[in-house]
Amino acid sequence: MNSLHILEAGPMLTVQDLGRPGYLRFGVSGAGPMDRSSMRLANHLVGNEDTQAALEFASVGGAFTVETDVRFAVCGGSVAITIDGTPRHGWESHRLYPGETLRIGAMRGAVWGYLAISGGIDTPCVLGSRSTHLRSGLGGLNGRRLAAGDQLPLGVSRAGPLLALRHAVPRSPGAIRVVPGPQAGHFDARTWAEFLEGPFRVTPDRDRMAQLLEGPQIRAFAGHDIVSDGTVSGSIQIPSSGRPIVLMAERQTTGGYPKIATVASFDLPRLAQIPSGSLIRFRVISQDHAEDLAIARSRHDAQLLADLDLKPEEPTISRQSQS
Amino acid sequence: MTALQLASLPFPRIAACGDHALAVELSDVIDEAVNARVVALAHALTAQAIAGVVEMVPTYRSLLVLYDPAVVRGRELSVRLLDLLAEETVRDAPGRQVTVPVSYGGEAGIDLDELADLKGMTPADLVALHSSAQYRVYMIGFAPGFAYLGGLPDRLHTPRLAVPRQRIEAGAIGIGGMQASINSVAGPSGWRFIGRTPLRLFDPSRAEPFLLRAGDRVRFRAVDAAEAKDLDAAVAKGETPVEWEIG
Repeated sequence: MNSLHILEAGPMLTVQDLGRPGYLRFGVSGAGPMDRSSMRLANHLVGNEDTQAALEFASVGGAFTVETDVRFAVCGGSVAITIDGTPRHGWESHRLYPGETLRIGAMRGAVWGYLAISGGIDTPCVLGSRSTHLRSGLGGLNGRRLAAGDQLPLGVSRAGPLLALRHAVPRSPGAIRVVPGPQAGHFDARTWAEFLEGPFRVTPDRDRMAQLLEGPQIRAFAGHDIVSDGTVSGSIQIPSSGRPIVLMAERQTTGGYPKIATVASFDLPRLAQIPSGSLIRFRVISQDHAEDLAIARSRHDAQLLADLDLKPEEPTISRQSQS
Repeated sequence: MTALQLASLPFPRIAACGDHALAVELSDVIDEAVNARVVALAHALTAQAIAGVVEMVPTYRSLLVLYDPAVVRGRELSVRLLDLLAEETVRDAPGRQVTVPVSYGGEAGIDLDELADLKGMTPADLVALHSSAQYRVYMIGFAPGFAYLGGLPDRLHTPRLAVPRQRIEAGAIGIGGMQASINSVAGPSGWRFIGRTPLRLFDPSRAEPFLLRAGDRVRFRAVDAAEAKDLDAAVAKGETPVEWEIG
């Protein structure tokens, strides 16, 4: 069986597939990628199915080798990719041969990156998914972050062409769109005005579970404790500190803080990808409008995946392959 | 609808949670009858099998309904949910009753003696009181399989610790404020702990990974060291040595 060897690992390297739906009522959030579109693209570029698992990294990727030939692709943002020191582009597939070292450096202008390998990461499914849920210690490799020295089983890689994205994917600038949340009425008109005026700084206090924001203090006139209810990805909780917490892929499934708004699912990956230190603003849209955006996003993604370009083969790099 | 108008709507009301979930809110307090209706609504909705409804999360006083907007729009689903609520049948659903064996005190029941002192009773009295009550699983949340139990006798209500302990083992029997709990996974906790159950509330390798669900009724039964050891052995073999009563 082919394996992926991890020589160096960035600080937040995990196995992810599209997530683990169906267990919210049992206290298990879906996990899965922070930027689903980028992960799907990486998988499609190497000929994988949507459901196969890839690696997600934050900020810095790592160094990797394989035991048999594979195709790989890195998506998510601008990042230095090299094979034995020779630069390679993101958002397209390349071949990696045994003996060569793939290095993925630091992301620029984005946070979450995806490394897909043809055949997919073949760690065991837990509750129907390979996604790592760090907080619960489920999925991936023993439910944990990957580290140097780890080996991951790879699925069988079918032969296939190299592919590239036809056009770069632009990330729309502008305000992060939100729908008023289930406790929107716990905040008075002045507080709402402050919330929408912002701006909020994206703090480095962020992980797969939540993103903390810093800006005007948001006060709930009805207090900051509610009888706990269900949460979704994108719920914006306001604890008594007045600092918003945006819940992400590994959120707690229930929570006792009032939720002023929910980030539109169209804009949630964009928020996830905004570098720490950046300023953001929120803009209110209707639930109907947010649904339209979500539907448009899935159509756009499907179009993108159907429109990948064939790419000419590249000269091989390693001595081993040249001989 | 503006945010402020939303707050003044009477119950039941439906609140948007972004573009793929609705919260059906039946009340804003913790109440057994309200929770029974939440669970009943989840059952009724499951029976209706509305296309596009993908998941439901019953909580104390509201039901979170997740949907796929490409199949059913939130506005349309809201109407159907309100219609469903208007039906008389959505009152209560058959519940399950389970008795959970507990080895009180010992290493896992780290707070038993102190709590008994605090309440002016003997540890044996405290155990008798704790195991005499009927509890209800109001919701599962916080961690995989973690059950929030209502029904803790008033005398046992105890504030949480100011500084949580770093690690409490799975199976620990806890008290936090007016609620009782059974820890489903090891982790930090500010609750007080008075014993442990050999049962596993969460085991991903089992055919039924989760022992409890919202709406279940729970009783505790004190077991001695010998029985706890036997139960531990059975659980280690992958068994779930409990009997369910339905009704």
